[in-house]
Formats: sequence, C-alpha cells, structure tokens
Amino acid sequence: MDTFLQQLINGIVQGSIYALVALGYTMVYGIMGLINFAHGEVVMIGTMVSITVLGILLGLGVPMGLAAVLALLAAMLVCMILGWSLERIAYRPLRNAPRLTPLITAIGMSIVLQNLAMIIWSRNYLSFPPIIEKVSYEVAGAHFSNVQLLIVVLAGLSMAGLLLLIYRTRLGMAMRATAQNLPVAQLMGVNVNRVIAAAFIIGSAMGALAGFMVGAYYEIAHYQMGFMLGLKAFTAAVLGGIGNLGGAMLGGLLLGIIEALAAGYIGDLTGGFLGSHYQDIFAFVVLIGVLMFRPSGLFGEKTGERA
Amino acid sequence: MSELLLEARGVCKHFGGVKALTDVSLTIGRGEIYGLIGPNGAGKTTFFNCLTGLYVPDGGGFTFDGQPLQADAPQKAAVRGIARTFQNIRLFGQMTALENVMVGRHVRTRTGVLGAILRNRATREEEAAIRRRAEELLHYVGIADRAGDLARNLSYGDQRRLEIARALATEPKLLCLDEPAAGMNGAETEELKVLIQGIRKDGTTVLLIEHDVKLVMGLCDRLAVLDYGQKICEDVPAVVQKDKRVIEAYLGEVPENA
Repeated sequence: MDTFLQQLINGIVQGSIYALVALGYTMVYGIMGLINFAHGEVVMIGTMVSITVLGILLGLGVPMGLAAVLALLAAMLVCMILGWSLERIAYRPLRNAPRLTPLITAIGMSIVLQNLAMIIWSRNYLSFPPIIEKVSYEVAGAHFSNVQLLIVVLAGLSMAGLLLLIYRTRLGMAMRATAQNLPVAQLMGVNVNRVIAAAFIIGSAMGALAGFMVGAYYEIAHYQMGFMLGLKAFTAAVLGGIGNLGGAMLGGLLLGIIEALAAGYIGDLTGGFLGSHYQDIFAFVVLIGVLMFRPSGLFGEKTGERA
Repeated sequence: MSELLLEARGVCKHFGGVKALTDVSLTIGRGEIYGLIGPNGAGKTTFFNCLTGLYVPDGGGFTFDGQPLQADAPQKAAVRGIARTFQNIRLFGQMTALENVMVGRHVRTRTGVLGAILRNRATREEEAAIRRRAEELLHYVGIADRAGDLARNLSYGDQRRLEIARALATEPKLLCLDEPAAGMNGAETEELKVLIQGIRKDGTTVLLIEHDVKLVMGLCDRLAVLDYGQKICEDVPAVVQKDKRVIEAYLGEVPENA
C-alpha cells in the first residue's frame, strides 16, 4: 500500500509535466494536423535558459525567489519566440505540402535544436540550482515535497488558464473554429496565420513552464533530455486523443501514473529480473496499445472534420 | 439598373482538362437578388469559389464595390464584404449555434492575442458586443431558441439558417447563398424566401445559386444561366424562362416540330 500511494503521488507530479508538454503537441495538431516533433526540444531549451538565467542572477546576488520567477519568465519568452520562429521559418512554407513533408521537417528541426543546444550549453550534464528549500510532508506513509506540490499546482493553474483562453475568448473561439474547418474559418475572416502562430506561442510557453519544472524537480539537465520527454508527452497526447485538449491533460496524468506504478511494481512482479529503470518501456507499451486498439485515443471521437 | 456592386469579367477556371468556367462575365447591381442557375456541374459553385477566394481563377477577374478584388485569400474576400453559405453545410459542428455566429463577427472586430490574455475593459466590452450581435442575428433568422445547442445537433433547415446568420455576421455587402433551399420542404422554402427578401430589404445584395426553379423565378430580379461552364443567358426571370438555349440545357435539345 505504501508503494502504491507513493508511486501514485510521483506519477501525478510526472504526469502534470507530461500534460503540459502534451498540450503543445495537441494544440498544433488540432489546428494544422502537424505533429511538431521539435516540441520536446523547445521544452529542453526552456530548462537550459532557466539554468543560465538563474546562474547569472544568483551570481549577481539576486534573492532566490525573485531569480526563479525571472528565470521562468525568461525561459517562457525565449521559447515563445522559438516556437513562433519554428512555425514561421520551418512550417509555414510547407502549409500546403503533403503531410509527410512537414513531419520530416519537424524531426529535422528537432535535430537542429538539439545540436544548437549542445553547442551553447555543452554536452555535459548541467545542474539546476535548488529553487526552494525542500520540505517533505508525509501522508499515510507516503512522502511528497513542496517542489512536487508546486509543480502540480502550477500545472493545474496554467491548464485552467488555457481552458479559459480557448473556451472564453475571441482568440480561443477562432482557434476552435480553425481546428474544425480551416477554409471556412478563413471565409469568416479569421486570420489563420495568426491563429496558428498563437497555437505555437501558447504551446511553447507551456513547454517552457514544463522545462523549468523538470529542471527544478530532477535538478539536472542535458541537451538530449527533450527527446524522451517529447516522445512521452506525444504518447500522452495520443492516449488522450490527439487534437483534444482535455484528452492531452488526462492522457498526461494517466501516463505519468501508469509509468510510476509500473516502475514501482516491476521489480516485485518479475522477481527482481527487471528493475525500475525499465520504466521507459511502459510509455511505449501504452502507445502501441492505444494505436492498436483505440487509435483515436480515449477522448478523440474522430481526428477532425475536414471539408 | 441601379449602381454596380459586382462585375465579373471573363472568369475562367480549369481543372486539368476540364473547363469548369469559360469566360464568364456578369454584373450585379447593388440591392439586387441575382440568381445563378444551371444544370448540375455547370460551374455555379466553382464561380462562388472563385469569387470568395477559395479558388484562384485562371483568367479574368472581379471588380467589387468599385475596386478590383484580389481573390487570392478567402479572408480578404470576407474583409471586402463578401460572405457565403455552402451547398453541403459547413458549420463548426462542435461549437454552439451562438458561437458559430460569433466567429463570423471576427472579421469586423479586432482584439488581438495580447488583449485576449490581458482581458482589459475594451476586450470585454467587445466580446459582449459580439455576443449581443450574434444573439440578434440568431433571432433574425428565427433560431434564437437554439443558441446554446451544438450546431451539428440542429435540424437540417435550422443548420441552413445558422449558416446564413453566420454569413450575415461578417456584415457582407454581398451575400452568396449556395443552394439554400436544398433539402427543405415547401413550408421551409417559403420561410426562406421571406428571409432572403428581408435580407435584401435590410440593404444586403444577394447572389443565389438554386435548383428550385419556382423559388428562383419568384425571388430573383435577374438571372444568369450557366451550362458547361459558359453563360448562356442573362436576363429577368420571365425572359430566361422562355429562352430556347436554357430550355435545351435543362431538357435536352427540343425537336424542330415540337
């Protein structure tokens, strides 16, 4: 029972991060049918920028709390510009190309960004300075820290903010209309270029937040960290039904929980043959399972109405 | 005839070897209800698509409201004041009826990304105004009671009305209706006729593609007839009805001694 509760908590924390990243995938897919494989790298650059800015500010003697907030804002700004540029430079010229072309471009952009990060931040593991003094709480034999609590609360707030934006504002309405029928939305005067740019910018901002959280949680970063994180978040988006916002959120949480529980029990179940470091397997078992048995995901009815 | 709103000059559109439109020219006056008829596949919808920027014509062009229409992006046609409905209804099915109309207000409102995030007073007032206008339009087409329903759950006739409300939301000078009466029963068609007459009376010019000959003849001031992508006749209904080429296009060649 201890393991269960403990892994459940760990899974929810990890899952909220997946959910934030998955939203970036699903928003872009929902609107333009593109899987932006470079999104994981945007998250990684969010972590890297946070580390750099934190380092500079702490060196100048700025107090930790303020430095952390400023670093997060800087990471978000850089990622928003990065996401916008990706769309502008790499994807917009391919708007009317066959679907495979932008997909391959996205993989290409992912490699470019990784190498760029390697040049800027070196190929070493970087340490992320602890942003708050860690306090641990205990509930029914399971432990959780204030960092974990902060991650879940921040992720929840930003997701609520996103839902408000999508369902309550004029921009959100334009985004939904474009996702449902791009040419008709255009006929109604919706500036589709702007809507697509907004999807990239908002997704990247949430990616930067996720990147900051990953850094603060694991206190370590590496230029290749975006790859696996991106793949798993993509899995979460597919699990929830790609293109569906609520699906990405729940898919992320669910994937985090499945992974954590599997990692917690795999040792016992295989008599110690497989250890918890095999946890990465489960995300992809889930992906293959979803693609085989419910390709539209848990909440996806259909991939979208195309006229 | 009254002042000119739209002039099409020699519009051509080919799809591979198929000549969907060949040298189609016509003029629509401000305040007219103008009909575009012809057998299936005559090029009526292609003409609409060229006019609203979904297709780029291979030749010829349009003058709209005194200025050339750069019909290379649908959004531009909307800004200039051309709105349309579709033969196969294309609503935003997963959004409510009210939201569908609110999207139509997009072209006439301006709050950007920043305003949406900051939600300042101007933004909130604008959103309230959009909602009010959308409610009025639903009332205008007679489906105010369905405002909160998802568009795809509306009845067929109501979906057609919703498309008209959504098009009107863009404040068009020219409203293009692509077979609005298709699939409607007699009573619904009669209501539609009243609605279209009302729209004209309120100052919007109407371009109508329709198969229901009775509706077209009773409603339109003038008609153009397309056949195999060419305009074969353009006149008032009474004349068009008796035109030999039109009768041939619809019924096949009439024998000399018939």
